[in-house]
Amino acid sequence: MRSNTHVFPVYSRSVTDNTHPMRNPDTNPMTPELVVLWLQSGGCGGCTLSLLGAESPDLTATLGGAGIRLLWHPSFSEASGEEVLELLDGAISGTRAFDVLCIEGAMLRGPRGTGRFHVLAGSDRPLIDWVRQLAARARYTVAVGTCAAFGGVTAAGTNPTDACGLQYEGARPGGLLGTDYRAGSGLPVINVAGCPTHPNWVTETLMALALDGLTADDLDAYRRPRMYADHLVHHGCTRNEFYEYKASARRHSDLGCMMEHLGCLGTQAHGDCNTRLWNGQGSCTRGGYACINCTAPEFEEPGHAFADTPSIAGIPIGLPTDMPKAWFVALASLSKAATPERLRRNAVTDHLAVPPAVRGTKPR
Amino acid sequence: MALITVGPFNRVEGDLEVRLEIADGQVTQAWANAPLYRGFEQILQGKDPRDALVLTPRLCGICSVSQSMAAAYALADAQNLHMPPNGELTTNLMLAAENLADHLTHFYLFFMPDFARAVYAAEPWYGPAAARFRANTGTAAREWPPARAQFLHLMGLLAGKWPHSLSLQPGGSARPVQAQERLRLLAILGAFRRFLETRTFGDTLDAIVALDSGAALERWAAARPPHSSDFGHFLHCSRQLGLDRLGRATDRFMSFGNYLIGARRLLRYGLWDQGPRHLDLATITEDLSHSRMLGGEAPLHPSQGVTLPDLDRPDGYTWCKAPRLDGQVVEVGALARQMVDGHPLIRDLVAHSGGNVQNRVIARLLETARVTLAMDDWIRHLVPGEPFCNHGELPDEAAGAGLVEAARGSLGHWLRVRKGRIHGYQIIAPTTWNFSPRDRGNIPGALEQALVGAPVRPEERTPISVQHIVRSFDPCMVCTVH
Repeated sequence: MRSNTHVFPVYSRSVTDNTHPMRNPDTNPMTPELVVLWLQSGGCGGCTLSLLGAESPDLTATLGGAGIRLLWHPSFSEASGEEVLELLDGAISGTRAFDVLCIEGAMLRGPRGTGRFHVLAGSDRPLIDWVRQLAARARYTVAVGTCAAFGGVTAAGTNPTDACGLQYEGARPGGLLGTDYRAGSGLPVINVAGCPTHPNWVTETLMALALDGLTADDLDAYRRPRMYADHLVHHGCTRNEFYEYKASARRHSDLGCMMEHLGCLGTQAHGDCNTRLWNGQGSCTRGGYACINCTAPEFEEPGHAFADTPSIAGIPIGLPTDMPKAWFVALASLSKAATPERLRRNAVTDHLAVPPAVRGTKPR
Repeated sequence: MALITVGPFNRVEGDLEVRLEIADGQVTQAWANAPLYRGFEQILQGKDPRDALVLTPRLCGICSVSQSMAAAYALADAQNLHMPPNGELTTNLMLAAENLADHLTHFYLFFMPDFARAVYAAEPWYGPAAARFRANTGTAAREWPPARAQFLHLMGLLAGKWPHSLSLQPGGSARPVQAQERLRLLAILGAFRRFLETRTFGDTLDAIVALDSGAALERWAAARPPHSSDFGHFLHCSRQLGLDRLGRATDRFMSFGNYLIGARRLLRYGLWDQGPRHLDLATITEDLSHSRMLGGEAPLHPSQGVTLPDLDRPDGYTWCKAPRLDGQVVEVGALARQMVDGHPLIRDLVAHSGGNVQNRVIARLLETARVTLAMDDWIRHLVPGEPFCNHGELPDEAAGAGLVEAARGSLGHWLRVRKGRIHGYQIIAPTTWNFSPRDRGNIPGALEQALVGAPVRPEERTPISVQHIVRSFDPCMVCTVH
């Protein structure tokens, strides 16, 4: 991830207020602080609720150990009402220093460009105005979740609120802040995409900013941190034996591979969901349903029902990443011809109808 | 007389603004404003009905599974599909896991940190309360998140991930449970129960559930040091502050019932209005008179409702519509559920002081104990190897309703399908009921009524009493408007 040279300053320029009642005793006093300001807009808050589930270690220990302090977060902080408005005014004017602006939820530009589909309570100002001013002050701006990154589900259908991401409108660069926007560090908006994000996609991105910094090379073509985006959901899927032989599930609760008939995009989706795992030992595919490619721009409009795999002559239209079509077709036919009976039957049942054979211990 | 605007309320889900008219040191009128609109009911139009399973959970990141469940029930209703027993058990487990995680999140993350605010520094109970419940740095803040996260391993196993799962299907669950996984579920639930019995309640769940009157609760609290449990600690602060005299609304309670197993529900369906009443869902309407919505003159039942936002509507002061049951305001939530279901502790508390801040919080914790016990039973009844999911076909012309109780209260999805596509999809969320604006009769919604009489100290711009009342409802503003 990092070369030998530190390109961006490591030390925060934030003022550590010793009398602040919210000073986190977990913060290692020897570690410089990274101060984070977090706002929510046109989203569901799911990325925050996912973050709350951070484990091994938990959120407080993870952030504290890396010297990360929340200046304000809508779910975690005590401050309410006018205390928040004063704090935000101070963040804009520079009297309340912060390093990272995290935005969760899509930016709502409607109706008619006014931004008034979300007016920040108590302020009579559209959220998008607050975001523009705060982003101008931030050393790093992070879009938490696909809604904040690209528009996400909030931009689905007819997109009635004219929702977009911080620096993307679907797959097109631009969004609320425009293609030219750069945070104080020189970086564009960092897109920690996901619906929701895995807690550690967020914590590790913040830790990277706190400890080593990030460069543009650490982000992929959609400016997602490559730490998690350089993997495919397919990696580590428990159904890969079924995938090998194209032994496919037909209906929900079948055990087989879900690519052929149930809309699974795991072979194309960028994320480490099946190696990092969720809520203990889970993932979407382990939960028995298709990966819907939720870290991708415009995943919310696949052009077909999510649970369907569009195909022509039985060949799925969306092919696994980096796989030449002709080879895929050839391999798929061979696999289907070679499918062991066990897999062929288990793929279309909801329990292990045929367990694996137990072989003798002597070599044949 | 003064008019103040209070916001943003944090430690609620989403964004909330409240306008208050204050005279003689108390609130005389209140207007609740949901300032965020996303338009899910518009987004869903024209889509394949099965896409509702993907999109509706994204209404809310804290009650995602509740939304999934309502969508699954609506789709099932539209095709007359029923779940096999294993499917009922696992979907109930997922819904219960989310509801209980939400009850814990409400208590520790959203509600209790207000007791650590500087405004209370001179109170005799302040020291231990602040030390225990302060946001981020209190001792509770280290203990409860790992317990909750570990409890949600149940969700990782049954639902793949939380929030936003697609395991919940109209015919049951896409995630069959194997024998060893059933045992894992019991272990996970057991650890969660241990946390509740050690830190939250300081007593067995059976003892909590057996409390059958306000007097019994007082004896229970008096029999142990107030700080020996978080529940006891809350009761102590609540008594000192008189939270049973704060935040009373209509005392009319509704519940759609919850946790269906065969023909029975664990928690009863019904209405309470000075006694048990028949709940007639056909009398539900959404009034648009004070919402920023285009609408016809008459309020419509959600099976016919339409959502067309109108920023400039003159009398509109919120994006929230005003749901009414037979023209009346109702309150929903754990307190409503336990009232309708007839738990003796809650019936007695409400008989004495009505629906108020204290009783709302007590009901949530009581429900946590009740449902944890039920979950153990459900896991034991799982039969690996038997079906978890039935399958059906949705007709091209269909209609269905999905009713469920989320943590915050009654949630309904009303679906209309024409030519195989969603023709209409209307959602009424719990907080839509609780935080509704005035209707055409100028009757304020539940929160707007609950705030009347709240004491306001001189110079307070975000009155602490108002914060307690608002947070006692645990609003989910993202669901409210959707």
